[in-house]
Amino acid sequence: MSQPSSAPVEGIEATPAQLRRWSRRAFCAWAAAGLAGFGAWRWLRTRAAVDGLPWPLRAAHRWNERVFGAGFSTSRLAPEYPRERAGEPKPNGRYGRPAAGWAIGPIQAEQPGEPLRVLSAAEIVAGLPRVEITTELKCVEGWSQIVTWGGVSFADFARKLGTNAERHPYVSLETADGTYFVGFDMPSALHLQTLLCDSMNGEPLSLNHGGPLRLISTVKYGIKNIKWLGRIRFVDERPSDFWAEQGYDWYAGL
Amino acid sequence: MPLVVGWAEALRGPPYKTPRRPVPEYRMPKFTPKHPLLIRITHWINVPVLSVMVWSGLLIYWAYDPYQIQIAGVVVVRFFPQWFYGALDLEYGLATGMAYHFAFAWLFTINGLVYVTYLLRFGEWRVLVPKRRSFREAWHVVLHDLRLRKQPLPPAKFNAAQRFAYTGVILMAAESVLTGLAIWKPTQLWWLAAAFGGYQTARLLHFALMIGFVLFVVIHLAQVAKAGWNNFRAMVAGYEIFKSNKE
Repeated sequence: MSQPSSAPVEGIEATPAQLRRWSRRAFCAWAAAGLAGFGAWRWLRTRAAVDGLPWPLRAAHRWNERVFGAGFSTSRLAPEYPRERAGEPKPNGRYGRPAAGWAIGPIQAEQPGEPLRVLSAAEIVAGLPRVEITTELKCVEGWSQIVTWGGVSFADFARKLGTNAERHPYVSLETADGTYFVGFDMPSALHLQTLLCDSMNGEPLSLNHGGPLRLISTVKYGIKNIKWLGRIRFVDERPSDFWAEQGYDWYAGL
Repeated sequence: MPLVVGWAEALRGPPYKTPRRPVPEYRMPKFTPKHPLLIRITHWINVPVLSVMVWSGLLIYWAYDPYQIQIAGVVVVRFFPQWFYGALDLEYGLATGMAYHFAFAWLFTINGLVYVTYLLRFGEWRVLVPKRRSFREAWHVVLHDLRLRKQPLPPAKFNAAQRFAYTGVILMAAESVLTGLAIWKPTQLWWLAAAFGGYQTARLLHFALMIGFVLFVVIHLAQVAKAGWNNFRAMVAGYEIFKSNKE
């Protein structure tokens, strides 16, 4: 912008040689700073990858997870909408989808030191209070869709097991064939809007959308809302996660 | 160690601390401080940080890119045509984009907070924020820069148009951070997303602000090129040089 500055009433007198020297020194110093910045960038870009990301960026994801995890509340809810606004989401995920004609088996619930439980989708939701929420599903790609989900709260299910399953810090959720798997931190799993879902927009959950039972969570992107649930494992180690292995954030929290 | 001290001194520029005497007339060239060191540091940090934010933001936007400008049902600008992504290698980089975006967002935010704190603490905001008469003056500046008005502009560190532009870009940065947080944590910060009209509206605003930044940078660079070396040097070395005022 082309304005001359105010008149130099306060300036310091200097010889042209002095001025040149100062100017040169300043430019060299700033060029050095710029080179250091470029070096830092090169350093970052060339670090060893952890699951598809240079490790400092993985560390940044973990840092963000700690920052937002510290203020996380299981009762801070995503806004709900009138049911009329609900629509059908794009059925993006197909990994772990049972082949046509395959019978969908029961769901295994596992916990260290406890016997394996095998439950049908109907048995999982039986006896638990029905929950219906009309919320905005957010895809990691950036689109979103308001959908009405019905099912039971995951927290209720965990407590129904009666084995203090919710004391474990993580949950691993997997399709029956193990091709798709997501990891949840326990606070997110126990969030009031994390559901074991068997209905969508008032209809039984279709195969396309993950039926008979899928997970729905308003504190995670769609990638964590696993379809065709086959296995629920309460674990003490951070479980692996399909998209986190492809360079995405493990936490992926909203 | 002396190397580091020498480097830091050179970074700072001329020794402003030397006693100053008002000199009504002078034959020697004089230099006068213009941009304090901290403002220069935060300014130059912004160059790579904002570049990384825009680049990684475009990597994210590519995955869902519905925005376009329509006039009377005709698409005038599409964000973005395929050739654009191809030319800038912005395809299939969602995970990478998110990783860089959420790491560099901290640098962008902290740098901005340091800058604004400095403006407030040391009164530099006074030369930056528009004044009552800036509205009319800004129009004169626009006419002047478009060569439609010959009269010279009143001498000042920042003219009225600059006051609007620089104050505006600070507000844009603040809004970028807030809309960014709103779409990053739309459940935990649901009230923030609601304040911007919901998740998708906040995303659109966040995108529009990015376009605003890019336009700002284009105009800024053109103006810097036009203003010349003395002005540019002031953002590096901190001072402007004036030749003798006595002919």
